[in-house]
Amino acid sequence: MNAMKQKLRPMELIMNLLFFICGFIAIVFVLFISIYLIISGIPAIREIGLVDFLFGQEWASTAAEPKFGILPFILTSVYGTCGAIIIGVPVGFMTAVFLAKVASPRLAAVVRPAVDLLAGIPSVVYGLIGMMVLVPAVREAFDLPDGASLFCAIIVLAVMILPSIISVSETALKAVPPEYEEASLALGATHIETVFRVSVPAASSGIAAAVVLGIGRAIGEAMAIIMVAGNVANMPSLFSSVRFLTTAVASEMAYASGLQRQALYSIALVLFIFIMLINIVLNTVLKRKEEG
Amino acid sequence: MKKFFAILLTLAMALSLAACGGNETAEEPAGSETGTEEPAEETAALSGTVNTNGSTSMEDVMGSLKEAFEAEHGDVTIQYTGSGSGAGITGAQEGTCDIGLASRDLKEDETGVKQITVAKDGIAIIVNPANPVSDLTIEQIAALATGETANWSEVGGDDAQVVFMGREAGSGTRDGFESITGTEDACKYQNEYTSTGEVVAGVAANPNAIGYASLSAVEGDETVKVLTVGGVAPSEETVLDGSYAIQRNFNFIISDSKELSPAAQAFVDWATSADASDLIAGAGAVPVA
Repeated sequence: MNAMKQKLRPMELIMNLLFFICGFIAIVFVLFISIYLIISGIPAIREIGLVDFLFGQEWASTAAEPKFGILPFILTSVYGTCGAIIIGVPVGFMTAVFLAKVASPRLAAVVRPAVDLLAGIPSVVYGLIGMMVLVPAVREAFDLPDGASLFCAIIVLAVMILPSIISVSETALKAVPPEYEEASLALGATHIETVFRVSVPAASSGIAAAVVLGIGRAIGEAMAIIMVAGNVANMPSLFSSVRFLTTAVASEMAYASGLQRQALYSIALVLFIFIMLINIVLNTVLKRKEEG
Repeated sequence: MKKFFAILLTLAMALSLAACGGNETAEEPAGSETGTEEPAEETAALSGTVNTNGSTSMEDVMGSLKEAFEAEHGDVTIQYTGSGSGAGITGAQEGTCDIGLASRDLKEDETGVKQITVAKDGIAIIVNPANPVSDLTIEQIAALATGETANWSEVGGDDAQVVFMGREAGSGTRDGFESITGTEDACKYQNEYTSTGEVVAGVAANPNAIGYASLSAVEGDETVKVLTVGGVAPSEETVLDGSYAIQRNFNFIISDSKELSPAAQAFVDWATSADASDLIAGAGAVPVA
């Protein structure tokens, strides 16, 4: 017995080490990316000045007297994400309630794969359809000179965040103990009353996590909206051509040089900080869910 | 025991970090090595890889040149990466590619490299086929671009708002258009696309749109209407004899300090000779040789 233990030990150690190294790879990449972004993002902010950079209203990176104000991008990202949440969350939430509580198993078996499929569509396809169908339709419908606008980006983002909101909310609703609902029904509440007064409150932290996840997805999206938003560095308004934080980096990186390139790294850093904050919020929400 | 693991942990971390760092530095010379590595053979038997990197506008031209050159010299591989004129010039300066490609002339502060013009390209002004306007002067185009002329009726079109579409800051086509029309930093874009194809698609989709694109990209394209500028239609002849005003150079960018590999040198010589003229013309640009 004792001898066998002795034999096993080195193997145990090696395997432990192997798992440990694998587990560490993720941390190494996160660290590497964070450090790289901070190192390459700081110089431009220093040169431009933090206040001028974050609150400057004009972006003209290749002008004779270049201006590097990213307030239009920050506001566009915030507005765009809020808009997508305002449209996407109610629809996604209702779909989740439908799938988890209302739909017959057979109907749910049709809707659920469709939602999964929606999640699997590459973002460039969303962008392409948006560019070819949505943009001209918006131009016609609102009688605008051109359809590419914040409005189109919001619609595309709202559709893109639906799958994550639906699947996370649905999981949360399904995790509600059936006893809660049975008790409510036994007290004479109707099915819908039970869903909204009992199941939804019980699943609220899971639904909140779904919303935060949606925000994270919307603020980080670039490919789909670069094709529908018009990409001009205007201060955002619903029907004007706008540029997001993500698309600002993506659209100019190919040809950038010098301070312009450094400023793009700085934009990426700002975006990174935004997403970090959202992740912290998500973790707090989830932790509260575990405790509650 | 805990201490032991802590040490292991730091070791693992240091190792993986070192691995990352190693890759970073190893990548840079890899590109240039392949070009210079092949032995200096005196005769026609060329071999090796020629890395070219730069302007996306030059993709068609490079595609035809590459195909023909590789067919002639079986052992030579020409690599083309479309990353933009700026990146092409930087690549030539830093030695990450053998030949940089730029669809604009070198700026004063871009030193250590020289340019060799292989072709000229007209920048076509395009509108939607539904637009009745078919001829504009450079001044009119500039006014449309800057938003000074906001309605098509002012230049003989329908009563509709002008929608000006173009490329993102830093694009060679945008730089070419703005510097030729004298509208640097003054253009009022409704849409800034990241590729020529998107500009063409955008103009094709909007009846009030005007945009610019490489002549090679819109020649024979039925979805948009190519305007004449000051009465001159863009074509090979009018670009070459200079009568079509909106045009630019396609350049090879070559390092001053680093000697080209025999294969790369042969490619440059051949591309700028009359032998390649037909191929360049076939790709929609205008050969200079």
